[in-house]
Amino acid sequence: MVGPAPGGGSPLENANPLIYRRSGERPVTAREEDDELPDSIDDREIFDLIRSINDPEHPLTLEELNVVEPVRVKVNDAESTVVVEFTPTIPHCSMATLIGLSIKVKLIRSLPERFKVDVHITPGTHASEHAVNKQLADKERVAAALENSHLLEVVNQCLSARS
Amino acid sequence: MLQEEEVTHLVLFYENRLKDHHLVIPAVLQGLHALSLCEVLAPGLAVSVLKAIFQEVHVQSLPQLDRHTVYSIITNFMHTREEELKGLGADFTFGFIQVMDGEKDPRNLLVAFQIVCDLILKDYVLGPFVEELFEVTSCYFPIDFTPPPNDPHCIQREDLIVSLRAVLASTPQFAEFLLPLLIEKMDSEMQSAKLDSLQTLGACCTIYGQKELQEFLPSLWSSLRREVFQTASEKVEAEALAALHGLSACLSRSVLSSDTEDLLDSFLSSILQDCRHHLCEPDMKLVWPSAKLLQAAAGASFRAGHRITSSIVPLLLEQYNQHPQSSQRRTILEMLLGFLEVQQKWGHEDEEESALLCSRAPLCSVLFSALTDPSVQLQLVGIRALTVLGTLPGLLAPPDVQLVVDHLTRLVLHADDSQSCVAAMEAAGSLAPIYPGAFSGRMVQRLAEELQSEREEEGRRSMQSLRARCLQALAAVSTHPGIVHETIPVLLQCLRQVPKGNVPARACDVVAVCQSLQQVAVQCQRDTESCWYYHQTVVPCLLAVTVQAAMQENAHSPLGKLLLEEEVLSAMVPVVSAASAHLCPELAAQSVSQLVPLFLDGEVSFLPQDSFPCPFQPFQGGQHVAAQRRLVALLMAFVCSLPRNVLIPQQDRLLQELLALSCSCDCPFTATAAAKCFAGLVNKYPAGQQLDQLLETAVSRMEAGLAEGPLRSQALALLLWVTKGLVLRYHPLSSRLTDKLLGLLGDAELGPAVADGFSLLMADSPDVLHKGCHADVRIMFRQRFFTDSVPKLVQGFHTAGPGVKANYLKGLSHVLNHLPRPVLVTELPTLLSLLLEALSCPDHVVQLSTLSCLQPLLLEAPHVMSLHVDTLVTKFLGLTSSPAMAIRIAALQCVHALTSLPVPVVLPYKPRVIRALAKPLDDMKRLVRKEAVVARGEWFLLGSPGR
Repeated sequence: MVGPAPGGGSPLENANPLIYRRSGERPVTAREEDDELPDSIDDREIFDLIRSINDPEHPLTLEELNVVEPVRVKVNDAESTVVVEFTPTIPHCSMATLIGLSIKVKLIRSLPERFKVDVHITPGTHASEHAVNKQLADKERVAAALENSHLLEVVNQCLSARS
Repeated sequence: MLQEEEVTHLVLFYENRLKDHHLVIPAVLQGLHALSLCEVLAPGLAVSVLKAIFQEVHVQSLPQLDRHTVYSIITNFMHTREEELKGLGADFTFGFIQVMDGEKDPRNLLVAFQIVCDLILKDYVLGPFVEELFEVTSCYFPIDFTPPPNDPHCIQREDLIVSLRAVLASTPQFAEFLLPLLIEKMDSEMQSAKLDSLQTLGACCTIYGQKELQEFLPSLWSSLRREVFQTASEKVEAEALAALHGLSACLSRSVLSSDTEDLLDSFLSSILQDCRHHLCEPDMKLVWPSAKLLQAAAGASFRAGHRITSSIVPLLLEQYNQHPQSSQRRTILEMLLGFLEVQQKWGHEDEEESALLCSRAPLCSVLFSALTDPSVQLQLVGIRALTVLGTLPGLLAPPDVQLVVDHLTRLVLHADDSQSCVAAMEAAGSLAPIYPGAFSGRMVQRLAEELQSEREEEGRRSMQSLRARCLQALAAVSTHPGIVHETIPVLLQCLRQVPKGNVPARACDVVAVCQSLQQVAVQCQRDTESCWYYHQTVVPCLLAVTVQAAMQENAHSPLGKLLLEEEVLSAMVPVVSAASAHLCPELAAQSVSQLVPLFLDGEVSFLPQDSFPCPFQPFQGGQHVAAQRRLVALLMAFVCSLPRNVLIPQQDRLLQELLALSCSCDCPFTATAAAKCFAGLVNKYPAGQQLDQLLETAVSRMEAGLAEGPLRSQALALLLWVTKGLVLRYHPLSSRLTDKLLGLLGDAELGPAVADGFSLLMADSPDVLHKGCHADVRIMFRQRFFTDSVPKLVQGFHTAGPGVKANYLKGLSHVLNHLPRPVLVTELPTLLSLLLEALSCPDHVVQLSTLSCLQPLLLEAPHVMSLHVDTLVTKFLGLTSSPAMAIRIAALQCVHALTSLPVPVVLPYKPRVIRALAKPLDDMKRLVRKEAVVARGEWFLLGSPGR
């Protein structure tokens, strides 16, 4: 479901991309340290889950490339839904599906099972937006993609903590 | 011992045997090796032996051990017969080349590389064989060797890399062959080859000159540039920058003859040409790599720095003005800061020639505009850049200095963001010693005015925070003796105002003043004179206000009470302690002769206040002395911080009074202060009969107090502190006292307090009995205490009744928590079973401290922990649903740490752990969910491709 893997010696599609500043760690509030008070899952918490995902091509995070932004993350804790829109750096980016898959896998691994996770491309920012969205929404295809050990390897690399 | 003649015969015999059947060769070589160690070898024989070996033996067809013997013979002769061997000329070099050509064994290579190094460094004649010698060694570059598992020879890849690098980078003669090889390997895909090439290039730069580099500079630059522009690895980037720094330094160093072109100039020009334009695109990815390249080259020498700075700084200033967005401006300013820091390295060289001199005015105006920008990030970088600029000589004109001080004062007082405010204070602290006049005249005065003024119109909260900022800033700026003389009176004035009651006071206000005073004290410690001024001014003032308050307490004045609160007195303790710890002995003696009589005899004459309503008698029995007794805390801060060689007058009387007070006072604060003071003095008391007697008295009082009565906990505090004082100095009585404590763990009433006391024994206490106050602290006291007490703790645990078992576990947890990791790892196998049991103990303190003990062990001793993986997984997962958040977090961190055990050990648990961690993902606390996400993510990667 994804094009050629990165790192095969081919030149980068976008060698000098725009980069954005990383937001700092979320400061811990006194409320969060209180044993008794519940903290609901909010947009920032979801954004913190995905902002440090590595780009498959660049040694940069999705946040630094502005592929994911806090305003494009919506969560409703009560109704257990999460919606994430991501923006490929260029409209023909061949990595769009891979990036979407990484975000989706990260959220599935990190959120309670009750959540329904919707990951799609920001409308109007990619040439084959519709096709990519369809693949990402299809549970069976996502599951099948993760059976492919090569693809799983690339996704895991995107999700590994940078040493 | 052999005679010279006998040796000659033997040598000739062995040389002839080299021509013999190949089966005898190993034995012959053994013989020659023994002879090569003889001191009485006749001149000429070494050469003939080597010639015979070179001629008759095909070394590379021998087994490894015999080849090693040949290398050893050569090494021996090179050590003892250097002149003779050099007589052989290039033949020796050629012979050796043939010997080592094709060598494969890493053990032999290490020796052979050493021989080549010696050949070059000791100036043997290489003759026409330079290229051959290079070929025969460089064919191993880059080293690609993985030691076999269970290798008994312990040769690491790194050993070979280092010794080969020493050969390759040993002579400029190799340059024409080596540089193309390095360029080729840098361009390869393998990261290890890249790293090795870059590091070798760096090593070469220390011995090469212009001549060697000239031809290759363009290709070297383009390879280095590519590594920094495109690499994904920070390590490669760092090495490439280091190599560029080396190249630039090498070119700067070379002496020019009159007709050659200055290569440094053209090299820097090409760097500037390739990098400069990227600096104009502050949003793009290449901006930082370009800046780093330029800074690496600029940092190599004054000349390089001058050339690059004078080209880049004006450009960046111009770019700053062209880019109005604050995020872009911040990037530009951060780069500018980097170049200023480079300049700082050479700033002292020549003031007149500084490359920044001509951009001084625009530079200042850019930095000032950053300080007034609404963006906090921009302000922060601006402050840092100004600090660097201020340390460069001659770059801030006096009017600019005043402007800087005014800006910093404004930020300190009015910045909306606390980060800017803190940064401005730090900047003031680092610039104040350079421009003391400007800071004391403008900033200190302004802060003092702010503190005095009472503005009603603003809200109380903003008043509070403004006051806090002024206090912090006064402390931060006190980094110069002249300024200290002005800030201390202001701070003390704030303190004196409290009892007079013109400000509605709270304890935290006084504490804030004390914190500032403490910071000043720490900053004064380096300077004897400031230190004495500080001590003389601050300590009597603190005592005067508190003594006054203690006497007024009877009148129930609320403000006086404030000064005697535990929180306030505890904040004064570090002030007095810091003011006293660094006094020189004479001055300390002077001060102690006033302070001790104050407490023992009520001598108030040295205090700045002259009339007190009643006598000061903290140690006398009396009706209203409870308040006065609290000031023992200040006495403790003073006498326990003095250097050990200062004699304390009436020490024995003082000790008796303290002992009595600690056992008889019903106020825990006073009793503990007296106990600490007693323990602090006992720790420094010279060993001998007097000390033993003193301790006997103390022990009998403690025993009496512990036996029964309302003051048991006071007696326990005394026991704990005295034990600590003695454990620290390895006093023999300490083990008796420790046993007493261990016995008390089984006490139903005191047990839990004793268990907590173990943390007091092991931890560094903040106010007494630490290195800073000159206590007698042996470095290994924790290990020693561990060895002495842990077997008893374990035994006690097994024999104790069910109600008190937890006390032993808690005590053990505290001891283990403070033990250095390496010791813990070696002691672990005997204790692990107990720790695992501790995980099931319902006490939260025990659980938490056990988890925090196990977590680092999982990372550092994976093999020992692997044996218990089943129990660990079960217990950790169980604790992830503990009612206490801190325990859930610690348990999840342990579950995370489990992934660092060997994969085959933990892999079978993967499905179970992943399933179990789904629950904490929905924990009600965010901090717990965060740890669960990290741990679960790591478990998903376990045994999966791409980890």
